[in-house]
Amino acid sequence: MAGSSTTSTPLTQAMNRLGWGRKSKTRVLLEATLIYAALFFFAVLVGVPFVYMITGSFKTNGEIFNYPVTLFVQEPTLNNYERLLNGKEVPYLRQMLNSVVIAVSQTLLTLFIGSLVGWGFAKYEFRGKTLLTLLLLATVAIPFQVTLVPLFQLVVNLKLLDTFWGVILPSSISAFAAFFMRQAMVSVPNELLDSARIDGASEFGIYWRIGLPLVRGALAVLAVLVFLGAWNDYLWPLIVLRSPENFTYPLGLATLQGLYKVEYGMILGGSFIATLPVVLIFIAGRKHLLDNMTVGAIKG
Amino acid sequence: MLGRGRKLAPYLFISPFFIGYAVFFLLPVVQSLRLSFYKQDGINSEATFVGFANYVRLFTRDDLFITSLINTTYYALGSILIILPLALSLALLLSRPKLRFREFFRLFFFTPNITSGVVVGIIFGLVFEQDYGLINNLLLKPLGVEGVRWLRDPNWVMPSIILLGVWKFTGINALYFLVGLQNIPSELKEAARIDGANSWQVFRNITLPLLRPVLAFVLTFAIIGSYNLFAEAVTLVGETGGPRNAGLTMTMYLFNRGFRELKMGYASAIGYSLAIIIVVLTIIQLRLTRALTRD
Repeated sequence: MAGSSTTSTPLTQAMNRLGWGRKSKTRVLLEATLIYAALFFFAVLVGVPFVYMITGSFKTNGEIFNYPVTLFVQEPTLNNYERLLNGKEVPYLRQMLNSVVIAVSQTLLTLFIGSLVGWGFAKYEFRGKTLLTLLLLATVAIPFQVTLVPLFQLVVNLKLLDTFWGVILPSSISAFAAFFMRQAMVSVPNELLDSARIDGASEFGIYWRIGLPLVRGALAVLAVLVFLGAWNDYLWPLIVLRSPENFTYPLGLATLQGLYKVEYGMILGGSFIATLPVVLIFIAGRKHLLDNMTVGAIKG
Repeated sequence: MLGRGRKLAPYLFISPFFIGYAVFFLLPVVQSLRLSFYKQDGINSEATFVGFANYVRLFTRDDLFITSLINTTYYALGSILIILPLALSLALLLSRPKLRFREFFRLFFFTPNITSGVVVGIIFGLVFEQDYGLINNLLLKPLGVEGVRWLRDPNWVMPSIILLGVWKFTGINALYFLVGLQNIPSELKEAARIDGANSWQVFRNITLPLLRPVLAFVLTFAIIGSYNLFAEAVTLVGETGGPRNAGLTMTMYLFNRGFRELKMGYASAIGYSLAIIIVVLTIIQLRLTRALTRD
């Protein structure tokens, strides 16, 4: 069999004429059609719940629970958004703002701590380096559920219950961020650091003025990843935050859902305005983000 | 040139992280292990040593825990068995050379993954609604199937959560597989085809074995993710897990015991059981992946 398709025997000539050995034009076209059809089918399955979220947010509760059920709006209303954002019934705008403050602080802190440790590991030799790396590798796989109870006690004893810091501090220590930054910072050329030292720069100054600017791309990708995690986090904020005016938006949405009369229009509106910013960030940075998130994750 | 500053510098760089890591991670890990051998009902109340009693009770007398263990395992198996082949097929479609709209599809299939679990839970509450839900009205009614009681029938609760999981996580896994596929040198496949291998043989003997690292990665994260399941499920079926606790996951159960009832020792034992299960499953999974993809 080997090599049969490269030599031109009467048999292969006949097969080619009949369109067996090589793909005929119609078959290529048919294949392409099927592939696009399958992909668009998946895209519709992914998209319909989002469409329903958006259109539902412009429906009255009566229209959501009415036959026939459709993806379209009969009588569009902004009432849901008005009630959601005027702050009379629920402090949703405040809760969105809390989410912004918490997610941004957590991102900045994680990036700062992560890039510091990454720089230390990438650019210095020191006693205990191997040991600390091993410690990190050995413990990084421990699931976070194990830590929840003592962490909660710690937060209570530090008087951080129902505060933003209680949410932010424990979440800002990320082994992933440390590995990620070390990986990015290893490639900063050592000659640059040496010449800066000769010019009298301090070690921190070198990190701040040479190291960080050279890994801007990695910092940006990490920032989006951390922000996204913090923005969508539910379990830990649910444990720490107690009063509605301190809630993040997922907690606010969950309480709206738990009310005696479930206002689905409002909840869908809240879901939409909370999802829109992350999707927009993603569309804006798609080139770097998609590749880095998938390739980076797999190469570890 | 090696001044004192330069010797001290690395320790200053790494100390914020490692102090935080010790305080917010390592100490809690140890503390939790200790606590799992104690009975402590209340945040700072007195703890009494009970040995393995918490663990014994969990696995022999606590029906809710066993229910949550079975539910979570059901979810893990169900979602992984659907997501993996689906994601791989999707990746194979997306890896076609000269595919148009590839960027659009990649981005679009990724969006469920960046949507908050609570939001997804809320939307799917309406997707599965018995009388006015999307599936029953737009998908099943035209096919002549009426009134499936998705979230009200204990037998349908887990399939509902699995479908939610499939919707949310197939895209991201497809993208992982896509990266794996694009890393396979095309010369290898061409060489095999010239040697007379058909598409299936190329897939089985070249693509699949070379996808092993990605497969192991995807499976590891799918297992961890499954046993972490919380926000989506709790929003969809409520804290007690819906009818007959059919949607109660292990993390939900830990949350209820630990933070609703403040059973600190017992919840720690749940946490450690969960951790051990995840570690054991990951090891088994890595062995299996190696055996199955051997060429």
